Amino acid sequence: MNILEIQNLNVTFDTEDGQLRALRDVSFNVPEHRIVGIVGESGCGKSTLINSILGLLADNGQVEKGKILFEGQNLTELNSSQLRELRGVRISTVFQDPMGALNPVISVGTQMLHIQYRSSLSKSEKLDNAAEMLRRVRIPDRESALTRYPHEFSGGMKQRIAIAMAMMMEPALLIADEPTTALDATLEVATIELLQDLQQQIGCSVLFISHHLGVIAELCDDVVVMYAGEVVERGTTRQIFYRPMHPYTERLLQCDPAGQSERTRHLPTIPGEIPDLRLRTPGCIFAARCHCREDICDSTPPEVEIEGQSARCHRLVA
Amino acid sequence: MLNYSVKRLGLAVIIVSVVMLLLFTMIYLIPGDPAAVALGPRATDAMREALRVKMGLDQPIWIQFWNFFINAWQGDLGNEVLSDRPVTDVVLEQLPFTLALIAGGMIWSIALGIPLGCWTAIQPGGIVDRIIGILSVGVIAVPSFVIAIYALLIFAVSLRWLPAIGAGDSGDIIDQIIHLILPSLAVGLGWVGYLARLVRASMLEVLEASHIRTARAFGLPERLITYRYALTIAILPTVTLLGVGIGQMLSSAVFAEIVFARPGVGKLVYDAILTRNYPLVSGAVLVTTVLFIAINLIADLVVGVLDPRVRSRL
Repeated sequence: MNILEIQNLNVTFDTEDGQLRALRDVSFNVPEHRIVGIVGESGCGKSTLINSILGLLADNGQVEKGKILFEGQNLTELNSSQLRELRGVRISTVFQDPMGALNPVISVGTQMLHIQYRSSLSKSEKLDNAAEMLRRVRIPDRESALTRYPHEFSGGMKQRIAIAMAMMMEPALLIADEPTTALDATLEVATIELLQDLQQQIGCSVLFISHHLGVIAELCDDVVVMYAGEVVERGTTRQIFYRPMHPYTERLLQCDPAGQSERTRHLPTIPGEIPDLRLRTPGCIFAARCHCREDICDSTPPEVEIEGQSARCHRLVA
Repeated sequence: MLNYSVKRLGLAVIIVSVVMLLLFTMIYLIPGDPAAVALGPRATDAMREALRVKMGLDQPIWIQFWNFFINAWQGDLGNEVLSDRPVTDVVLEQLPFTLALIAGGMIWSIALGIPLGCWTAIQPGGIVDRIIGILSVGVIAVPSFVIAIYALLIFAVSLRWLPAIGAGDSGDIIDQIIHLILPSLAVGLGWVGYLARLVRASMLEVLEASHIRTARAFGLPERLITYRYALTIAILPTVTLLGVGIGQMLSSAVFAEIVFARPGVGKLVYDAILTRNYPLVSGAVLVTTVLFIAINLIADLVVGVLDPRVRSRL
């Protein structure tokens, strides 16, 4: 069963220079108890995707068509207060920047109390909950931690507190938006392990967004590769990493610094840059930068599926 | 926090001392013999010389300053020229009226400025935002004495809703508050505009912060986010600005006290300048300076109380 099903999601923004299509026909599923990774370079639409799911798109953005089915309920049809009822309870989020993600002038304990504002528990029970969550994310000296303020904790601890807050209401879906990007390598491993532990204890699904291929390979069951607002390829982690079908995925994997066999001064890159989404042509979105581009790439590429792995590329038809 | 308070208090003492030095120098540089001014044109040379000795003016300048300095710290600012009463007594008598006026001005500016700033920040670019924006800049631009005169003409003279002059009967708090409404509005209205603009700008900035996004992602009610998560941060620059703004309010108070014929330190200084009563001028300026420094000290401590990041750095 799928916790989250995204079907043909199209999101547009009204800008001064006309309409910008930030997401085009995005479809993928997050099955129960699984960790799905979304990988892609900056500007590929990861943040827009998260904001669409959370119902927190900026005022000039709208879901043009498509569905976001969460536990069978289409989120695009809910009003803002219905969405608010889901956020923090059924769908929770950990953001990238642990330094700025917590309110600087409200104590950790009070912020954790606020998150439980819907619950009918007494204040001391809520505080017990908060302390228990801090224990689960291994924050030492929990009672005093509750009375302290975010700036009194290190970056890694702040991110663990943010995770504790996100997990406190035992959500069905956790969205993790590059939760380890701002942390150093050792903290990154510890945070990933912590997320894995908690995911198993709580039994939630995770939508894990990162541009760190190593972390994705380590943590995720399935991977969705996004490029310029489109899903170019998706499949299990094994499929994506061992048998990429889309040229973009191939090039992306080649660019992973961890995959370099010898020392080099020049890391491989993909030539060219992300296309201007306001000037979108009907052909393949990656055509301009693709190393196996042909004439047919100017027409819309088909979605080809092989054993659950699918990609949008003309090359796969031949 | 205690450490910080002590440090700030020490700094305040130094600032007051420097102000005393400046004041002393200014009085010293004013042309004319203070003894001659005090005694008037018909005094004899012997009388002037006797007074000069009595006032310590025959001493070397650094002894004169030292005496002034020591006496000032002990609360003795000399006697004023006209009635020979201690300057400290005369100033302290008038101080409550000015304090009430400034407190009233602050109440106006906080009670109107902060909600207006908050309100315009929630719907930026809307019609309400634009109207309040124009009005804010308008009241900032109009000098307080103009506001005072128009307030007097409209509400006191034409409409007769509020009294025009005086501070009200002593002992009758209600009457005094009614007499305070128009002058304090004149002092505070410009600050309503300042605060509305400042709170709007800092609210807009805070509402963009990532912790606000986190709070929304946790589904917190919008009211809680606006007032608890955003406003408590957006208000911090306001507190500092108000501390500094007290200086400007003190100068507006001079005009308001003259226009509304209210007693107060401003009126006192104005009258003292007209009668060349220099000890009174310098005494009143010194008291005002101490007041200004004390209020800024309080403002900084309030920021420390409101902002845990500042508090832990203290």
